[in-house]
Amino acid sequence: MLITREWLLSDAPNSRAQAAWGRRYRLWRDFQANRLAMAGFVIVLFLIASALLAPWLAPYDPAAQELANRLSVPTAAHWLGTDELGRDVLSRLLFGAQVTLGMVLSVVIMVAPLGLAIGCIAGYYGGIVDAVLMRVTDVFLAFPRLILALAFVAAIRPGITSAVLAIALTTWPPYARLARAETLGVRNADFIAAVRLTGASSGRIVLRHIAPLCLGSLIVRVTLDMSAIILFAASLGFLGMGAQPPSPEWGTMIATARRFFLDQWWVPLVPGVAIFIASLAFNLLGDGLRDVLDPKQR
Amino acid sequence: MRLSLRRLAGGAASLLITLFGLVLVTFLIGRVMPIDPVIAIVGDHAPEDVVARVRAEMGLDRSLVVQFAIYVIRLLHGDLGRSVMTSHLVTEDIARYFPATIELATCAIVVATLVGVPLGVLAAVRQGSKFDQAIRVVCLTGHSIPVFLLGLLSLLVFYAKLGWAPGTGRADVAFEGMVPVITGFLTIDSLAAGDWDSFYDALAHLAQPVGVLAFFSMAYITRMTRAFMLDALSAEYIITARAKGLSALRVIWRHAFGNIAVRLVTVLALTYAGLLEGAVVTETVFSWPGLGQYLTVSLLNADMNAVLGATLVVGLAYMLLNTLADAAYRLLDPRVR
Repeated sequence: MLITREWLLSDAPNSRAQAAWGRRYRLWRDFQANRLAMAGFVIVLFLIASALLAPWLAPYDPAAQELANRLSVPTAAHWLGTDELGRDVLSRLLFGAQVTLGMVLSVVIMVAPLGLAIGCIAGYYGGIVDAVLMRVTDVFLAFPRLILALAFVAAIRPGITSAVLAIALTTWPPYARLARAETLGVRNADFIAAVRLTGASSGRIVLRHIAPLCLGSLIVRVTLDMSAIILFAASLGFLGMGAQPPSPEWGTMIATARRFFLDQWWVPLVPGVAIFIASLAFNLLGDGLRDVLDPKQR
Repeated sequence: MRLSLRRLAGGAASLLITLFGLVLVTFLIGRVMPIDPVIAIVGDHAPEDVVARVRAEMGLDRSLVVQFAIYVIRLLHGDLGRSVMTSHLVTEDIARYFPATIELATCAIVVATLVGVPLGVLAAVRQGSKFDQAIRVVCLTGHSIPVFLLGLLSLLVFYAKLGWAPGTGRADVAFEGMVPVITGFLTIDSLAAGDWDSFYDALAHLAQPVGVLAFFSMAYITRMTRAFMLDALSAEYIITARAKGLSALRVIWRHAFGNIAVRLVTVLALTYAGLLEGAVVTETVFSWPGLGQYLTVSLLNADMNAVLGATLVVGLAYMLLNTLADAAYRLLDPRVR
């Protein structure tokens, strides 16, 4: 079957698949109309591509030192210059994208399902379960995030794994809140009552009928949060509590190059700008997704 | 009235539970660390009986529950232990460093409010204009740029290239320790001593870190003000006020702004709490001798008493401000009362 615009935009779809794809196509067209969101989307794709293709794109080995050529200005051989050990900054930046995106992805994979589960369970069962779960959430929500993460990382051992754990530990509460609010909104809907009448277990109701409805707003929130997680991870790296040198994590690169910034200012500036662009891209993408997926929150 | 009393009790109870959570979490963090606190004090090569004695003195040979009880009792007595790095009591250290952070955060919130609120109101009044779009870009930048990048840029431009601002730290070497400490706020202390040169020096050193911190708070405050104002301006009583022929200024500031003021107070309190925490990175960039820098230096030296003490104090301040914001909202807004 040929997929055409007419088939996608048909007012009378012949199958569930056609209706679903039609809906997705309409959302995509709405999203495309937002130029800033598209710019964010393209930059995010570009970031993912450079992280995946870093071994092939990078002109040099990110760890290769060239001590005779330290702190060089951008040249034809080193497009973004070299750092304090003569390593190529562009190559380190590309491999750093792997570290940064890897950290963001790990945090999201841990936090989003956890928050969704806690929120849906609290919202669906209500009563004492709800009270206890939300009290715990409130406690974590009331902590100063960066400070808690710093203390946590210091107690275990500074590094990428503990940084990811610390960020996850302080990031999940808003997701639980969000999922709970969404669940409360649909819990007493007729279709849930109908599913219950057919004999579905509460586990099945939560998993198959409530959780999917929370996904839209959760995706929006996750995308917007990715920008905050990038800044968070970079701050930990900058303070010496995240990824450790010689890792090419962007915040860590700034921390080690900070000493030279009065004279060789481009060395710490380049990874700083990279963090800014990555974070901006996720913000733009998140804003665009919110307008399309979750018009209520506007 | 009875209802609000019950609410107040409920608020106090939830604050207590959160506080308990904070104390429990800091306690657990202090216990999971791989560095043995006893070895950290007596050293690697201490004889075994010394290690055992110190362990018993610190109560580390007892069960976790007993240790937690001892920890809470010590906290209630205001005992946060001794910092290994400075060899002062942690409470003394905090008393010395915290005022610098409060001075920084307070100046930043004042600047951010004075700039952010009018910008937000103006952006809402001229929704969709070039000005509104410019404000949107500024806010987006504020949400996306890392604090340390802005701090380093500011140092590079205003200190290294233009020479307009002094470098890092809180005062020039020439002025250091010249003013007797009364409040710990260098600006107030120098004024109290009548030392104008010290005062100008303190202000000059404040300018950059305050500017950087204020930018981030301003981005948030402006965005919230704009959103609240858009909400208020579309209400029916605004249309009525306009139809009565009131001047635009009066409608905007008295009728619309008057109705969002309470919600703004909450936003400001939350922003202020965030500043106490956001100062950690800024203080590191500007070598500002506040609690944030104390915390990071202690972290790098694995000085756990200092780390946990600073975490507790900032956490406490953060929670109190959160609770106050909530209380202010409930007290001032008749709709929630």
